[in-house]
Amino acid sequence: MNEQLVVLVTYFVLAVFIGFEVVSKVPTILHTPLMSGSNAIHGIILVGALLIAAHAQTPVEIVLGFVAVVLATINVVGGFVVTDRMLEMFKGRQLGRTDGKAGKEP
Amino acid sequence: MTIATALVYLLAAILFILGLLFLSSPRAARYGNWIAAGGMVLAVGWTGVVLYRSFTSAGLAICVSGVVIGGVAGTVAARKVKMTAMPQMVALFNGVGGGAAALVAVAELLKGAGSHSELQTGLPVVFAIIIGSISFAGSIIAFAKLQELMTGTPITYPGQHVVNAALALAILAVAGVLLAMTGSVVILAVLLILVLVLGVTFVLPIGGADMPVVISLLNACTGLAVAASGFVLDNFALIVAGTLVGASGTLLTKLMSDAMGRRLSTVLFGAVGQVQQAGASTGVKGRATRTGTADDIGMLLAYSNFVIIVPGYGLAVAQAQHVLRELVDLLEQRGVEVAYAIHPVAGRMPGHMNVLLAEAHVPYEQLKEMDEINDEFKRADVALVVGANDVVNPAARNSPGSDIYGMPILNADQARNVVFLKRSMRPGFAGIDNELFYDPRTIMLFGDAKESLARLVAAVKAA
Repeated sequence: MNEQLVVLVTYFVLAVFIGFEVVSKVPTILHTPLMSGSNAIHGIILVGALLIAAHAQTPVEIVLGFVAVVLATINVVGGFVVTDRMLEMFKGRQLGRTDGKAGKEP
Repeated sequence: MTIATALVYLLAAILFILGLLFLSSPRAARYGNWIAAGGMVLAVGWTGVVLYRSFTSAGLAICVSGVVIGGVAGTVAARKVKMTAMPQMVALFNGVGGGAAALVAVAELLKGAGSHSELQTGLPVVFAIIIGSISFAGSIIAFAKLQELMTGTPITYPGQHVVNAALALAILAVAGVLLAMTGSVVILAVLLILVLVLGVTFVLPIGGADMPVVISLLNACTGLAVAASGFVLDNFALIVAGTLVGASGTLLTKLMSDAMGRRLSTVLFGAVGQVQQAGASTGVKGRATRTGTADDIGMLLAYSNFVIIVPGYGLAVAQAQHVLRELVDLLEQRGVEVAYAIHPVAGRMPGHMNVLLAEAHVPYEQLKEMDEINDEFKRADVALVVGANDVVNPAARNSPGSDIYGMPILNADQARNVVFLKRSMRPGFAGIDNELFYDPRTIMLFGDAKESLARLVAAVKAA
């Protein structure tokens, strides 16, 4: 079991470094969409919610599991949809134009 | 965990990392979001497949109905929300995520009730409960402040520091007791109440203008709570995705407060115990402002050479970005040079104003960032400030006592004329008076931004 824990801690530490690295050069204009997008990613808690809800038997477990699944799904679905709406605004204006590798940003 | 599951989770983790990477680049941001969503579908879908045989009947019912209800609620909320209300929507989505993480941990804790669980699972359980609940309660308050369900100004009382510190200590003590006597429902309830209260009291003293930074911080917190739940459930996907968000969210919080010229510690603890309360701005109360008519201002604009527009939240609230663009088009037809000066935190979040103006099809080339345009104000005939206030408030430069002192601002006060389109003399989001209102070169035009702009359009047409 302890070996298992060491492995998990390793994942954790590596993920910290990657997390810092990937957003280190984000322009101000993308702060809001990035926050919203990463907000959707922590909706992965839905996997955890499903794991506890799937085997629910007692009333308490059922209530907890159900509420957790609902909240987590709102987080995931709402998060991705709202981020897409934000980024959609840029399309055809600034981001869309450069989609087809058509030159540099002004 | 089977090998197949491990590989699927690994693939999902890769997609999350690529998604975040793309989201940080203007070219590929939208794809980044889709890639991350793909990773999510993969991870959740595979979990469903693996669980398929072992669902209890009640479990199957709540999972399916929960996903359907949550999916519909999330989609409707995200589709219906106005662009201007985006920040509080993100806060709300973040809050429910934190709540879910806390509930998962609570369920795990109750499952182990009575048995002596080891510290290595007990610790992350308690951590997830504490951080998840604080994130939940804090996000709800952030939502309420931004939605103007409650006042956006800092709510302070004497001894706030002491109360919060005492709460934090009490939480640590109760958490210790909970670890010692695993699964005690009474202790758990006490802990939950304490952390929810701390979440509320932590965000209450923070002003509305600083809320984006707080939401970003709570977002990072939820990520960490999710990662902790991953340790509890031995789940690779939760640990990696949660940690990614925790780390990137922490850095993003720092980047945001830098963009606002605020130190993070000032944002989080600055208002606590604050007594001076606008002491710096009392001198300007009761002084006269100059109010202009739309015709005067239209004439001024029409015969200018160079106009810089400073859009702010008022523009967004009035949904006036389309009328503004009409006005700019008219001015350009007359040969007036026009640029938009975008403060990093114009609107209510960094990047928020770019989103709104892009919606009105304002060409990207006309949007100038603060560093790019600040030297140009000297050359401008008119700085037209539409529904903005704090981002042009010279107090940020001149009054060390002011709340916004040190925030980088747009040099609108250096233009030959300054025109404010404002709803009223009400101070801005940060709740601070603006001495620029009383400057002799300043003309005020009161009213809803959309109506004022429409009147200006008519005036310029007639000029």
